[in-house]
Amino acid sequence: MSTEVEMSIYVLVLAVPLGLQLVQRVSPLLHTPLMSLTNAISAISVVGAILIAGSGEAPRLSRVLGCLAVTTSTINIVSGFLITDRMLKMFRKKDSGKEHGS
Amino acid sequence: MTGDIWQFAYIIAALSIIGSIKWLSSPVTARRGVLAGQGGMLLAVIGTLLRHEVINYEWVLICFFVGAAIGAPLAFLMPMTAVPQLTALSHAFGSLAAALVGTAEYYRYVGAGHAATGFTMTALVVETILGYLTCTASIMAFGKLQELVPTRPITYRGQNVVNLVLLAVAIALGVWMIVEPTPFWVFPAFTGLSLLFGVLLIIPIGGGDMPTVIALLNSYAGAACAAMGFALGNRLLIIAGSLNAASGFILSVIMCNAMNRSFLNVLFGAFGQVQEGTVAQASTRPVRSATAEDAAQIMSGARKVIVVPGYGMAVAQAQHKLRERTDALTRRGVEVEFAIHPVAGRMPGHMNVLLAEADIPYDRLHEMEDINPEFAEADVALVIGANDVVNPAARHDTSSPIYGMPILDVDKAHTVMVIKRSMSPGFAGIDNELYYMDRTLMLFGDAKAFVGEIVKELPAH
Repeated sequence: MSTEVEMSIYVLVLAVPLGLQLVQRVSPLLHTPLMSLTNAISAISVVGAILIAGSGEAPRLSRVLGCLAVTTSTINIVSGFLITDRMLKMFRKKDSGKEHGS
Repeated sequence: MTGDIWQFAYIIAALSIIGSIKWLSSPVTARRGVLAGQGGMLLAVIGTLLRHEVINYEWVLICFFVGAAIGAPLAFLMPMTAVPQLTALSHAFGSLAAALVGTAEYYRYVGAGHAATGFTMTALVVETILGYLTCTASIMAFGKLQELVPTRPITYRGQNVVNLVLLAVAIALGVWMIVEPTPFWVFPAFTGLSLLFGVLLIIPIGGGDMPTVIALLNSYAGAACAAMGFALGNRLLIIAGSLNAASGFILSVIMCNAMNRSFLNVLFGAFGQVQEGTVAQASTRPVRSATAEDAAQIMSGARKVIVVPGYGMAVAQAQHKLRERTDALTRRGVEVEFAIHPVAGRMPGHMNVLLAEADIPYDRLHEMEDINPEFAEADVALVIGANDVVNPAARHDTSSPIYGMPILDVDKAHTVMVIKRSMSPGFAGIDNELYYMDRTLMLFGDAKAFVGEIVKELPAH
């Protein structure tokens, strides 16, 4: 096994328990924003998409597919982060003073 | 050294992404979490653009603009009730990207004429199969949530066998590609089977199970992303993908527990639990009904009211009226709390978002375990648009399809009020014995209109 592969596996075995720990501490109150945030984060695959879409040596078919992938992952990133922020803006604590209308 | 700036950008991006989930643990720091996530993503993108392999910028930038132009309106125009659909759609786009990159990489190796190592090829195959099946599965989930596709489970004889055979063939083709260079048709066939499997995976799953399914698809999308990280030797992708996979996994386990279904049961769709169209006929047993005036009178005399909102409340858009009523009661010194079942709404935590949108403070929203002991001392439990999550049959009726599911102990309250359009059974098609109890008052009508009437009746007393 090459050291490259070995390193990647080390990263995986450390990242999974870290993820489990972090997510277990998120209050159920915020599970929907958690999901849309991680959804946006999963679109980090845009990195792979850029590498192939912008590459000079890849065949044309690969670059076209890469461009499509950049587009779809950008949709995912933009909509994911915006909707998460839109949701979180709405959460407020009890009685920030003001009475509500009528 | 300067050529390696992208590596530092990746490391900081990975840290920001870890931080973003950590900060999401509390509503106080949550928005900082989003900011960190965005920053991490931006760094990752800029870092990638700086890599010397990337030389064609025009198309990449055009694609950014097109993607942003589609993504931003999606996020701003979708109503909060439609967040599950949006999330499903977003998953479809994200996982399609992962699958397309896998495909593109595959054809790059084919075009270059040199085979990838077995390890890289394995990662590519895993990435592509997960990406394509998550994509079509997410589109199907979107269709079911949007009710473009029938929400009832669609089942047929031998369904699981067909699905498993299909998956087995897809995996076999994948293994073939890993072991040796394959004929031209193999990759397209592999792609087609993965896409088809995604559709078939969701067809037998009922609308009521969508919260679990979306969480699971979230997990798959993360796994596809991590697999891409292995294929490209990119650790940032491995870290982000595993965080996402872990998150989706935990959420779907929570959803499974809340519905008392095993993880395998959901994983393989309607495996073994084919609901035989148990359309419960509306029972003719007598119920007690009441008017808005009666309800207002009882509530204004109460000390403690616990509201149990369900998705029906959100469909009727009753949450804003509900807040007005809550405010009116609070002013009269009535304690109003909200009991949120883990599967209320159509994705994990959905109900909290809907109530937050109506400006109901989040410290009034309580999880099932915390609020259940309090029902016994509540004067009124008001059920709005919830059904199965308050059905006492889950506790004792072993023949009920929902037997064993943890429920909110609404029936322990002094008076139970249920706002409901008619006596028709709910999403899961199961009759609810709660409605026939002596202490239960049925309030028939549209949730929004009815809550509005209660508000009108309240100040008069």
